[in-house]
Amino acid sequence: MKSKFIPIILILFFLITFVIFFKGLKNPNIYTPDVNLKKEVPSFKLKSFENDSIVISEKIFKDNDYYFMNIWASWCIPCKKEHEFLMELKKDDRIELIGFNYKDNFTNASSFLKDLGNPYDIIVSDKDGSVSIEWGAYGVPESFLVYQNKIIKRFIGPINEDNLLEIQKIIR
Amino acid sequence: MKFIHIFLIVAIILNFNFLKADEIKTENKIAKNLRCLICQGQSVHDSDSEFAISLKLVIKNKIQEGLSEEQIYSFLKMKYGEWILYDPVFNRNTYFLWLLPILIFLAGGAIIIKRFYNKK
Repeated sequence: MKSKFIPIILILFFLITFVIFFKGLKNPNIYTPDVNLKKEVPSFKLKSFENDSIVISEKIFKDNDYYFMNIWASWCIPCKKEHEFLMELKKDDRIELIGFNYKDNFTNASSFLKDLGNPYDIIVSDKDGSVSIEWGAYGVPESFLVYQNKIIKRFIGPINEDNLLEIQKIIR
Repeated sequence: MKFIHIFLIVAIILNFNFLKADEIKTENKIAKNLRCLICQGQSVHDSDSEFAISLKLVIKNKIQEGLSEEQIYSFLKMKYGEWILYDPVFNRNTYFLWLLPILIFLAGGAIIIKRFYNKK
């Protein structure tokens, strides 16, 4: 009786372990961050890009308006690629574009905007990147769609035509 | 008199050094326990990516604000998800992961004890 019992338990044990690990094999092992999150906008104090005045987050993000917060830098090549879509988004007056100039210097950044156009309504400069961490950002470029003081969608990497259409659909 | 002056100046300058040795220690410890999300197989402490540099700065600031190690971990977990922590948290998804070694150990021990008594 006893000798029959142990092999059955052993086989069951290995079978369960096998099934669990086999299922685990099919899970993608590439880390995919959550893009549809409803998180509060973190409050911050940053220097304005144009002058040394301090900009407070509470003054930027007001209720019932859509905001597109875009982290960019002049040294970032993909930012150049997404710039035309930002210029396109600028034409829409239902959304306000906030630029986060990430670890950049003023001269390079302003010549970047001069060459490609300035899509932003407000630009703040995040010199050491610490506020971007508060936003949960990974790097440049990255964008957050904000509504009613909540992040409703994030775009990691440069935005493309599909993203633009998606944003226009959301704010309609 | 001059000696006292120099001594006072040095003492004042040393007091301005906000970052104490134990703060650097905890800062490094936290950075070593965090996964650099945009690098491959590196901790935040080992990485020199822009992301890791900013993250280290944030950790330093949080320590100076007086946050404990646990509070910093939970702050980063809230921002980036559980994946940023090297140490998996004990929850419904990780019961198996944490308990399997203990189960195997107990089962092995039981088999050995059984054999031992059977021989006797």
